[in-house]
Amino acid sequence: MSKHVLLIEDEPNIIEAISFILSREGLSVETHSDGTTANDKLRGANPDLLILDVMLPGKSGYDILRELRADPLTAELPVLMLTARGQTRDREMAEREGVSAFMSKPFANSEMLDMVRSLLNGAPKEA
Amino acid sequence: MPRDTLTGSRIRERRTILGLKQADLARQAGISASYLNLIEHNRRRIGGKLLLDLAGILKVEPSMLTEGAEAALIASLREAASTTRGSTAELDRVDEFAGRFPGWARLLAEARLRIETLERSVETLSDRLAHDPQLAEALHEMLSTVTAIRSAASILNEPEEIDPDWQRRFHRNIHEDSARLAESSRSLVSYLEAEGKAASESGTPQEEVTAIFEGEGYHFPALEAGQAPEALAADLDTDLSDSARALLARALRTYAEDAAMLPLEPLLAAVSEVGADPLALVRRFGCDPARAMRRLAALPAGAPCGPVGLAICDASGALTFRKPLPEFPIPRFGADCPLWPLFPALSRPMAVLSRRVQFAGRQGGAVRAFAVAQPASLPEPNRDPIFEAHMMFTPEGPGQGGEDTELVGVTCRICARRGCPARREPSLLGDAAEQGV
Repeated sequence: MSKHVLLIEDEPNIIEAISFILSREGLSVETHSDGTTANDKLRGANPDLLILDVMLPGKSGYDILRELRADPLTAELPVLMLTARGQTRDREMAEREGVSAFMSKPFANSEMLDMVRSLLNGAPKEA
Repeated sequence: MPRDTLTGSRIRERRTILGLKQADLARQAGISASYLNLIEHNRRRIGGKLLLDLAGILKVEPSMLTEGAEAALIASLREAASTTRGSTAELDRVDEFAGRFPGWARLLAEARLRIETLERSVETLSDRLAHDPQLAEALHEMLSTVTAIRSAASILNEPEEIDPDWQRRFHRNIHEDSARLAESSRSLVSYLEAEGKAASESGTPQEEVTAIFEGEGYHFPALEAGQAPEALAADLDTDLSDSARALLARALRTYAEDAAMLPLEPLLAAVSEVGADPLALVRRFGCDPARAMRRLAALPAGAPCGPVGLAICDASGALTFRKPLPEFPIPRFGADCPLWPLFPALSRPMAVLSRRVQFAGRQGGAVRAFAVAQPASLPEPNRDPIFEAHMMFTPEGPGQGGEDTELVGVTCRICARRGCPARREPSLLGDAAEQGV
């Protein structure tokens, strides 16, 4: 059975590009754009990997990450965070909230793909 | 106290620098040591031949003894030397330098100030990069668009066959996103240009306003005559940034309120009787002490109470208003001396402190300082008031005895006070081992 990825991102063209790349890898991709309902969506989707943007309408990626880590169902879920602010401070905040990997925009498709593969194979690695 | 009464102090300073004994100098000048002692303590005026003789022996221009080099100028020269890594400037001869080459000295001090202003601008700009929400938003928008373009473009660029439908979609996405990118980069550039103008060369908005007050001699006849502060603000606003404009309007409104409560005529009549005593004005006009201090500092030059300086800081200790005097220089930037009565006042709200204050290492030039911290905002239920401290100061003659003189500094690096309990960093003057940090 193919692995399932949930992408929470509000930029439609980025959603399209990432969905395309991951689908071509044989992954099933589900997308969601609203921060406030992200965790409800997550519980319903039960993915193998979450790709989470930091700047989302309604609720920030950090808050979503904190909430999902507090929930036993999703505490161990691999989470790849995407942000347009690659500053050390942002990275530290993400790490404190328990991110599995972190990528700053703009990233190369191949980098993202490598990261997704390694996270799905249960080997979280530092970005 | 007129400034020329400091001639004796300068003679003493100069003599100490040269390592001459009082008796030796007196003998060479052909006067008694006790007479020289009186001169050096500013108890006898000197002039004419004796002044020329003393200047000759001390190897300085006579004018340097009578006029002295500006204390503020010397402070900035010291600052310039101490903030320059590896400087070999002869700090012990700074007075001589400023006295003999006043033009060059001022040039150096101004250049130093300019460097500081520019450093400030750089700091402000990097702060802005980190904290300006509008800029962060614009950059975020650009990076997101670039991310989308990059992803789509590299998908199209791959050698693998792509379904024509997808191909069209990605082409369209790239087209849309590149238009968005062009638009967002254009607006970013125009935002940065507008900001660049606002953060003009005069540095912070606070300094722009300070420069206007300084230029007007801290006194606004138009407001004294009842002109609306908004109208005057418009007149004075030549090329202010938006923030400075708001600050200026606020400062002038306060000035107008102060002037309405303590009108100039009765105020001048009062100070000619009681001098620069804010508490006497509080009793007479029923105002609060801070207002009395602001009014004293806003008197026209030549007012009967002599010059009055003023510093105002907010509860964080940041100075929001500065009117220095030659006896009491206030650095434009950087940390001030925590011993200024201004700061202790913050820990004793509503108490009016009165202190005799003198800058360490300087002969003469003591000031009487009054300071008070009082709420800057109107009371609100269950809210702590936001305090603000005022400190006014006037030159004061020799001590009357019975009162200690508080030795303060401009800022630690150029302060000569030894064993100071408030020292933050070692001084670059004198023996560092004795600084007791």
